Amino acid sequence: MSNSFPVLCIVILVMDTIRRDLEGRVPWTLLYVNNVKLPFTTQEELQRQPVSVFLYEYMLGKSKEAEIKRINKELANIRSKFKGDKALDGYSKKKYVCKLLFIFLLGHDIDFGHMEAVNLLSSNKYTEKQIGYLFISVLVNSNSDLIRLINNAIKNDLSSRNPTFMNLALHCIANVGSREMAEAFAAEVPRILVAGDTMDSVKQSAALCLLRLNRTSPDLIPMGEWTSRVVHLLNDQHLGVVTAATSLIITLAQKNPDDFKTSVSLAVARLSRIVTSASTDLQDYTYYFVAAPWLSVKLLRLLQCYPPPEDAAIRGRLTECLETILNKAQEPPKSKKVQHSNAKNAVLFEAISLIIHHDSEPTLLVRACNQLGQFLQHRETNLRYLALESMCMLASSEFSHEAVKTHIETVINALKTERDVSVRQRAVDLLYAMCDRSNAKQIVAEMLSYLETADYSIREEIVLKVAILAEKYAVDYTWYVDTILNLIRIAGDYVSEEVWYRVIQIVINRDDVQGYAAKTVFEALQAPACHENLVKVGGYILGEFGNLIAGDPRSSPLIQFNLLHSKFHLCSVPTRALLLSAYVKFINLFPEVKGTIQEVLRADSQLRNADVELQQRAVEYLRLSCIASTDILATVLEEMPPFPERESSILAKLKKKKGSGTVSDMEDSRKERSTNVNGSNDHIVANTNVKVTTSPSSDLLGLGHTQAAALNSASPPVTSNAASLLVDVFTESLPVVPPTSIIEENFSRFVCKNNGVLYENQLLQIGLKSEFRQNLVIGLSGVFPGVSVQSCFYVTAASIVSLMAHSQLNIHTTPADPVVDGGAQLQQVFNIECLLDFVEAPVLSVHFRYGGSMQNISIRLPITLNKFFQPTEMTSQEFFQRWKQLGAPQQEVQKIFKAKHSMDTEVTKAKIIGFGTALLDGVDPNPSNFVGAGVIHTKTIQVGCLLRLEPNTQAQASCSMYRLTLRTSRDTVSQRLCDLLSDQF
Amino acid sequence: MQFMLLFSRQGKLRLQKWYVPLSDKEKKKITRELVQTVLARKPKMCSFLEWRDLKIVYKRYASLYFCCAIEDQDNELITLEIIHRYVELLDKYFGSVCELDIIFNFEKAYFILDEFLLGGEAQETSKKNVLKAIEQADLLQESQTEDWGGLANDEIL
Repeated sequence: MSNSFPVLCIVILVMDTIRRDLEGRVPWTLLYVNNVKLPFTTQEELQRQPVSVFLYEYMLGKSKEAEIKRINKELANIRSKFKGDKALDGYSKKKYVCKLLFIFLLGHDIDFGHMEAVNLLSSNKYTEKQIGYLFISVLVNSNSDLIRLINNAIKNDLSSRNPTFMNLALHCIANVGSREMAEAFAAEVPRILVAGDTMDSVKQSAALCLLRLNRTSPDLIPMGEWTSRVVHLLNDQHLGVVTAATSLIITLAQKNPDDFKTSVSLAVARLSRIVTSASTDLQDYTYYFVAAPWLSVKLLRLLQCYPPPEDAAIRGRLTECLETILNKAQEPPKSKKVQHSNAKNAVLFEAISLIIHHDSEPTLLVRACNQLGQFLQHRETNLRYLALESMCMLASSEFSHEAVKTHIETVINALKTERDVSVRQRAVDLLYAMCDRSNAKQIVAEMLSYLETADYSIREEIVLKVAILAEKYAVDYTWYVDTILNLIRIAGDYVSEEVWYRVIQIVINRDDVQGYAAKTVFEALQAPACHENLVKVGGYILGEFGNLIAGDPRSSPLIQFNLLHSKFHLCSVPTRALLLSAYVKFINLFPEVKGTIQEVLRADSQLRNADVELQQRAVEYLRLSCIASTDILATVLEEMPPFPERESSILAKLKKKKGSGTVSDMEDSRKERSTNVNGSNDHIVANTNVKVTTSPSSDLLGLGHTQAAALNSASPPVTSNAASLLVDVFTESLPVVPPTSIIEENFSRFVCKNNGVLYENQLLQIGLKSEFRQNLVIGLSGVFPGVSVQSCFYVTAASIVSLMAHSQLNIHTTPADPVVDGGAQLQQVFNIECLLDFVEAPVLSVHFRYGGSMQNISIRLPITLNKFFQPTEMTSQEFFQRWKQLGAPQQEVQKIFKAKHSMDTEVTKAKIIGFGTALLDGVDPNPSNFVGAGVIHTKTIQVGCLLRLEPNTQAQASCSMYRLTLRTSRDTVSQRLCDLLSDQF
Repeated sequence: MQFMLLFSRQGKLRLQKWYVPLSDKEKKKITRELVQTVLARKPKMCSFLEWRDLKIVYKRYASLYFCCAIEDQDNELITLEIIHRYVELLDKYFGSVCELDIIFNFEKAYFILDEFLLGGEAQETSKKNVLKAIEQADLLQESQTEDWGGLANDEIL
């Protein structure tokens, strides 16, 4: 067993040569044998061996158990060798460590041998060291206790000045790349990299080792004097060094573009030399007649970290390079090998990426587009795929958008004829990207027809895309309605809630399309089998606008109702709930069918339905229809008001699906539109959402579902919805994540208000409800963030809500349900006891996993001192008596300030009550003044507070002034309350 | 590049190289999923596919699949040629490489890969230079194995 390394033999079932066909060869079976030296060295010899040479019982394929048994036996053997009294020599150690490694790579767990591997690192024998390092690279995790020993061994090798050993050590650092290693070697590796006497091969390893450390622990890599020397490696004689260094510079430049600016001119110079070189110039760096393709790609990639060079000479030289690359694409190939064309085109595609990135040279952009157009019909599938992909980027440039559009027929054809789904997917993406007003109808029609046969895996995305395009480029909304109904018909299962919410939003917001929508859904519902989503849309729209088509005897109220009701029994609970809401709306729209509907509601199957939601709706709607007068009915069941314009939730969803890129330009235009339309509506949105998210159980219809909104006159339905959010609440064992920036934007709105939406972004909405209960329950309770997530699919893991510790507040958290089902909300109750008056409000942190990364949101929770008020009623006499008692100068704080809002007595009153004090009427001799009184409850003291607010109505309307006076028994309280309240008017 | 996997047509993993830190559990999961996905593809399909938020570039050489996961901005075609160059290196080193070579000499396959790619980036693209480095190491090995069994080897190098 001397020098033949494979002391391990392995079972393989089928073996054949790589790059040669299997055919004509006999598959043979090898066995898993220990310590048997294979008696042959070539395949031919091996093939001649009868299978019976080996031990049949260990045949892998025959029995998995046999394999496991064999391996366990081997592991026991190795373990006993390692534990044995006799010290193992280096060779045996190496042999066993290597076996362990092999067993691990077969897929079995290995939990020993690390120490022996570490011992091998300090061996003087190269092979032992090498195996030690391999074991460490593959098997050691960063929290190992051995890391210090390993680092020591690495340190020794790095300082050995033996390039082979140094490379081994550097490879190991690059492979493990742990933080501990970064800490230990962050200073040493750059030094090796730029030292004048370092061998080229070591430089290469050091560069990429540093790249890996910089990726895993960027904070530990000190920038310094070495950075400028790294840039100059771009000029190195040795192309291997340049190749490795370029990768490092790309990574560093992405982080500190300014420090590496000088790399641009060097990269352009280098690139220029490569593209103009004859194919033999670069010797072994020429790959299938293409000069240094890897390096060229990297250089072009580096240039994409920067805008076009400002220096005209450099810019000109770069343009020449790019032109040369484009020209070469037109030359006849120098070889028929696919490697030649791949390497050449790799450079070409990277050059096109750079052209798109610069987006400044119309000629180059159009040339790039034409080149890609040729590839669209290339016989290589790979090239067609990449051409479609790159063209997507070109479509977003103003210079090349038109040029891209000329290829529409080819792309549509690709959609129809490509055999590979990933290529068809790219075609869909490109159609989406090239769509504009001029071709929207054609593209939407093509996508719809493709949808009928599309692969299931991409249907949902196509549905979203069609929905977005139909909305964005709808000139007349009847087309839009038709398109969406078609979508539901063709791919109803893939139409997510966002899509049908959106069509309802649009129909409700646009008078001109309502009649048409009602007529169309009515007709679509006639189909004997229609998708449940259509029933939802139909129910909603007929419930709102059924009256618009009721004049036609073919769609009389009763027929409409019967049509809807015929679907009722086939639908799921949420849809039935929606239909019940539609029915009650019918009662208002069509008094003549009231009896029929009441009958339906009164049926046992409704009133005693096992589902609580359906039962409750039936009962409540029935009662409502019986006892309410026509006027009240008309008010309660009034038509939905227009929805505030906001970013389409569909678009948000698509963005989540696709990352960014292809949808970004659309997103921008959407943003413009939504800000134009609504700016002023923001306030309403925030207020109305509260009803939906923060008090679901008290809402008439519960669930915070669309149906609830149907009755709740101003709640947009899209805000709360089904979300498959898993929310874990681990408030106790929470790692405190330092807040990056604390969101305070809504803070002051809650000073005089206890309920509302505290925070809202695309992912979640946090509502807040606070309540101060009586004296003994010292503090606040019922602060519950209702986290509802709009775009459900991508919020996957835990979410954690916690309140940071606070010196003056005793925060007690009631454990909340750790798992929240789709559509539900997380409720978290904090009981807060005030120990002493305070200024700084606590911070709420919300953690959740979204799309693979942890999201942290920190919000200043509006728990202000005045939340601990208990109002006190008192007479005028009592008031002024106490006012005088609190006459010490430090007890009074007074502030005169300009009104921010117009003076409205009722609003002011509401604010003072909301602030927490009692509003005392008829106390102040001047009727236009406001006075209030209350007691702040803290654990240690109770602070009586009196306040007086004097508006100066004489002043001009443009600069109305207030004077606010606070007197309390504690100066800090007076000051804080005055600051808080004066901000509110 | 985030990782490279070599697996057989039977789905047996032959070589794995990870350039991003992942737990063993995640690695196993990714491997399982990816092997399944790639094996399910038909011969004439394109060599690229989107998978999670990564791009997968793969190519089949006889019974072995070479599969790389790259990031959004990375170049697919050049990755395909990285695979090819690695195969060439193996081929040159082993002389008509076959799956068995990679199993028997898995450590060599790893060493060659480390000389060629480091940290997920091409380190040395010249075939000669990579092989030179490996051969030098082999020379060291040869000279040492002759010494094996003798005294402590202080005189190495």
